Amino acid sequence: MLDGRSMVRRRAGARLWLSALWLGLLCLAALLAPWVAPKDPLAQDLFLGRLPPFWVQGAEPGYWLGTDSLGRDVLSRIVHGARVALMVALVAGTVTCLVGATLGLLAGFLRGWVDMVISRLIDIWMAFPPVLFSILLIAVLGPGLWSIIIAIVVIDWTRFARVVRAEAMAQGAMDYVASARVAGRGRIGTMLREILPNVLPTIVVLLTLEMGIAVIVEAILSFVNLSISTDDPTWGGMISEGRTSIHQAWWVLVFPLVTLFLTVLSFSQLGEGLKDRFDPVLR
Amino acid sequence: MSFLSIRNLSVRLRKGPPLLRAVSLEVAAAQVHGLVGESGAGKSMIGKAVLGILPPSVEVTGGEIWLDGVDLLRLPARVRRQKIGATCALIPQDPLTALNPSHRIGPQITDRLVDILGWTRADADARARDLLAEVQIADPDRVMRSYPHELSGGMRQRILIASAFAAEPKLIVADEPTTALDVTVQKQILKLIGGMQARHGTALLFVTHDLGVVSKVCQRLSVLYSGLVVEDTSVADFFAAPGHPYSAALLAATPKYTDPAAGLQPVPDAVIAAVRAEVAAFDAGGAHG
Repeated sequence: MLDGRSMVRRRAGARLWLSALWLGLLCLAALLAPWVAPKDPLAQDLFLGRLPPFWVQGAEPGYWLGTDSLGRDVLSRIVHGARVALMVALVAGTVTCLVGATLGLLAGFLRGWVDMVISRLIDIWMAFPPVLFSILLIAVLGPGLWSIIIAIVVIDWTRFARVVRAEAMAQGAMDYVASARVAGRGRIGTMLREILPNVLPTIVVLLTLEMGIAVIVEAILSFVNLSISTDDPTWGGMISEGRTSIHQAWWVLVFPLVTLFLTVLSFSQLGEGLKDRFDPVLR
Repeated sequence: MSFLSIRNLSVRLRKGPPLLRAVSLEVAAAQVHGLVGESGAGKSMIGKAVLGILPPSVEVTGGEIWLDGVDLLRLPARVRRQKIGATCALIPQDPLTALNPSHRIGPQITDRLVDILGWTRADADARARDLLAEVQIADPDRVMRSYPHELSGGMRQRILIASAFAAEPKLIVADEPTTALDVTVQKQILKLIGGMQARHGTALLFVTHDLGVVSKVCQRLSVLYSGLVVEDTSVADFFAAPGHPYSAALLAATPKYTDPAAGLQPVPDAVIAAVRAEVAAFDAGGAHG
């Protein structure tokens, strides 16, 4: 009858909660940045340049994570940088996912000429070196938040399309799809009702991975000075500036780097955790 | 007139070899018609052609499929879908992939009734519960709330049988419904299908490679070799005296439970050569005509 698997309550998983906690904190910081940040992230004070973080000799109270060579507060800049990072992650990740997953689903389930066209497009697209492609795109579109988001969508949709196509194809060969077709369900109806729910766990994992990738891409573009205007603090920009003074003030480089690392890690772990929790086959 | 009448149906791989060579067969209402043959003989392909679920790599090159007085192949796609949906159902081969892992059992049976045939939710639920009871599932309400992975293979095959009968179809294609199951479960499932078919008066197109199964559930059978029907006869006549050397060899190759010492008789090379010559002759004739 019902076997033991349904009786096992899966542990919620520490990684799901830890990653959700970190991302939640980051979202709050981003939303409330003007009120949460201890200092003005743009205020320079050359007398307070390269202050170390609070536990090191010579730290100044109020500057928890120290200051950069222009005397700007590192913590405040990280908090404000979260706005750009999360904006890019959420918007670019979601739009990329929608575009890529839709095309992949259509190609994998409808097959035929639709698949031919989309698959060739993916092949051609993936032959472009992504970093050069994005730099070229930004050069054409001009720097700015929306240019980054567009560049990420334009480059990364293939990541979703490829995986979702393969998955949809595998699901399409299952007998339950044949049964649904016999019962009279239309092609789009079958795709949405029978295929999509089974591809969804994969899409969620890819989406969270893509959010992490979007954060990294934004950081890389900031690093090469192609991101948004240099006035607004970004993690990539901070890392880039910190690199020049790594021997005198390691904290200017290390704190944004750690933040970036934790954020990307949290996104990927969130995806895996969600999959474990909500995939009915694994559950 | 027969409920299902297939006339000279030819199917081939797109720009490839033929898979069905002018297949003709008749299935009367409430009759069970077996399709037997080796792997790749085209048994399943006939069922798929009738149900309109041929893979995209395969095309119908000629013939007619008359179902309930209309030629399916001449209907526009949408009308054909509706006709098939209203009169036919499928019992698939592999119960493990035939239920959608993302949906609970109840909706998988009832949603088609509600969405496509316009039943009310309450009627559909009641119908599903009755059918699950009919296929001897002890606790229908609980099973309807379960996901497929929570149930055993035999349970799932019972559910698929119940689901196939849900809309009271006139024709069911059973595509090797017992092949993926345990031998002990096979017998129960066969009895179940036979009983349901008799009670509901459904015509059954029964695809199998097991002649023992054919002798238990079918009234007529077609023997296929390489997409060619080599014999179409009643089951009684077939087991008494097969009308074609290939059928006789196939029958001789079936293990006999009553006499295990007899061993297995492979189909003789001469018989294979002869039936291949028939296929070649058909292809030559087809090319000229």
